[in-house]
Amino acid sequence: MLYREAGQFKASYIEDQQIFPIRQDKIGFIAILAFFSLVVPMIASEYWLQAILIPVLIFSLAAIGLNILTGYAGQLSLGSAAFMAVGAFGAYNFMLRIDGMPFIAALILGGLCAALVGIAFGLPSLRIKGFYLAVATLAAQFFIVWALVKFPWFSNNSTSGVISAQKVEILGFAFDTPVSKYLLTLAVVAVFALLAKNLVRTTTGRSWMAVRDMDVAAEVIGIRPMRAKLSAFAVSSFYCGVAGALYAYTYLGTVEPEGFSLDLSFRILFMIIIGGVASIMGSFLGAAFIVLLPIFLNVAMHALFAGTMPAGLASNLELIIFGGLIIFFLIVEPHGLARLWQIGKEKLRLWPFPH
Amino acid sequence: MKLKKTALVAAAVAGLLTSGYAAAASEQFIGLPSYRVGPFGSNGASLYGGWIDYMAMINERDGGINGVKLSWEECETEYNNARGVECYERLKGKGATGNTVFQPLSTGITYSVLEKVAQDKIPMVTIGYGRTDAADGRVFPWVFPMISTYWTQASAIINYIGSKEGGVDKLKGKKIGLLYHDSAYGKESHAILDKLASKHGFTVEKIAVASPGNEQQAQWLQIRQAKPDYVILWGWGVMNATALRTAQKTGYPREKVIGVWWSGSEEDTVPAGDAAKGYTAAGFNVAGANYPVVQDIQKHVYGKSKGNMEDKGRVGSVLYNRGVVHGIITVEAIRKAQEKYGKGKALTGEQVRWGFENLDIDDKRLAALGAAGFMPDLKITCADHEGAGKVKFQQWDGAKWTVVSDWISGDQTVVRPMIEESAAAYAKEKGITPRDCSKEM
Repeated sequence: MLYREAGQFKASYIEDQQIFPIRQDKIGFIAILAFFSLVVPMIASEYWLQAILIPVLIFSLAAIGLNILTGYAGQLSLGSAAFMAVGAFGAYNFMLRIDGMPFIAALILGGLCAALVGIAFGLPSLRIKGFYLAVATLAAQFFIVWALVKFPWFSNNSTSGVISAQKVEILGFAFDTPVSKYLLTLAVVAVFALLAKNLVRTTTGRSWMAVRDMDVAAEVIGIRPMRAKLSAFAVSSFYCGVAGALYAYTYLGTVEPEGFSLDLSFRILFMIIIGGVASIMGSFLGAAFIVLLPIFLNVAMHALFAGTMPAGLASNLELIIFGGLIIFFLIVEPHGLARLWQIGKEKLRLWPFPH
Repeated sequence: MKLKKTALVAAAVAGLLTSGYAAAASEQFIGLPSYRVGPFGSNGASLYGGWIDYMAMINERDGGINGVKLSWEECETEYNNARGVECYERLKGKGATGNTVFQPLSTGITYSVLEKVAQDKIPMVTIGYGRTDAADGRVFPWVFPMISTYWTQASAIINYIGSKEGGVDKLKGKKIGLLYHDSAYGKESHAILDKLASKHGFTVEKIAVASPGNEQQAQWLQIRQAKPDYVILWGWGVMNATALRTAQKTGYPREKVIGVWWSGSEEDTVPAGDAAKGYTAAGFNVAGANYPVVQDIQKHVYGKSKGNMEDKGRVGSVLYNRGVVHGIITVEAIRKAQEKYGKGKALTGEQVRWGFENLDIDDKRLAALGAAGFMPDLKITCADHEGAGKVKFQQWDGAKWTVVSDWISGDQTVVRPMIEESAAAYAKEKGITPRDCSKEM
């Protein structure tokens, strides 16, 4: 009833090609954005901002990055965490070595470093596919983390390879409170998510999808696989790199190369699988699911069984339930949470009078 | 939407939790960022088990600290930095006075909250891990890498090897192998050993083992070729048992293998079987259940079936006892802080920080605690957040650890300047003005 597009006519191509062609979607999107940028900072506690919302946003951005590569361009990658590390260490070094480096510029330069490294490790994708490519990106994962520990220059000669992020200041305003850090993260993530949403609808995005669906056919119709694949690696790594820089600057403050382990790469991969492959919105849903669910289970376990269950058993039970829920969601909807939302939308269109 | 729904439910649960705690006024809350699952889950279970048992014992035997009962809550970190930060944020406001102290037992989590603890005024105690240069309390007022840092330990190991050879001056011309976990943790050993090597005239043969380290054939062949006089095993987890087994296979005598404290627990030697026999490891606490403090836990906690350990056979193991050391230090710091800020009162993290900084556990106090010989005596000052700087060496006889040395100190004339230099570099990078310790009280 509420969600009906009857009466919304498009009179030009531009109107037809909008990101949100349906008015309700547009209103919904603006309402969500307004809620998270205006209402949340006022009502959320420090805990919610620092421990929940900021990491969810950052992981969403990393998941968008991986989704561009794996979901849209069809190149499986296990190196997302390493590209995050490049972004974090890149931004750190630009801030450290260039006086008066603006934070946003360092963020983007860090992302560009990650993009360059991503292109280098994306080169094998021209020859190998599928699982073999995953192994090649696995090499990136190990090599980058190793290199960051091995060469002390990256961490400014810290004995253990750990960097601690400088203060974040933009135009003289210091982002040092949880609220300001949250808003900064939200702004960066929102801008980049919108860019990504647009990018996948352009020629570049369509060439990625063509290569994903059948690279021979794509080549026949005039898409250059090299350009498509390498641009996907570059853009994907750029997103991961920016996410990594945010991870260091607005979330943790101090990061070590080991923090960007294979484990984190897998978690980002799970985010897009759970959230929905080839979906920007799915990246957000997946990141929220993977970050929030273990925390929620931990809190719930404490509330329900505090004192009555051995702590070790409770911790293991959390993992079991977490794994069980992942399998449940994959069985119910193999295409991820984004697909569930889409089905819900279809149903909503007919509600309350289905055929 | 999923996010909002989860958020609402979680908020409701969180609300329930906090309301339960608000009622208990004179309780000292201690948040425990524990890990009982994941790759290091069994280590975490022993460590946090020992710590929780000690606090339970204080509550049962003494009725708390001057009447203030200890309360605690665990938060599972899975040894994961992001989860650790979430736990830190979740625990920090709990209890009547907030979280008293944060001890994550993970170097990664230590780094992740290093700056947050100073803002939130919660002391962070990292016993035997964490950031080495935080031992300079002038730059890091809120961080306490107590008892001994990695650098002190490395120096103490060299001193121990020296004592076996008949004096550190006899080390000249010797060759010492360093088999290290190829990570930030393992690389902590390099700078200090290089410095000590040039001071005493021995050479260091550094051999890296990629994580997790369950295949070391190549490394031990390299060791056999180089024929070092001793091998320092700087490992973690599965790497330790593999090292000992491979040493046996390649015929390197285990008596010449010296482990660090994260390589010297039953979890490392038992899986290695008889390959571990004769292996020596450093430790800032010793194994054994016959110390009065462990006996008291058996009597007051396990006697009333309130113990935390699921496997009671591990009570008295190296890691369990390490947990007890965490408990002793935490309780003693709170006791000390109560002397200044009022006995029988629940204290804030800021007040307890003072307790940590003025902690003085001498031999007499250790004996009173039933922990003489169990851990070194410890005196923390404003400038020195390390305190003891001593370790004991234990040898594995195939069934249990036996202590084979007295407390051995590191060479502070080498270690301390390195710590100060590193801390000063951090202070400069961060724009921190170091505290003037003569003005502190």
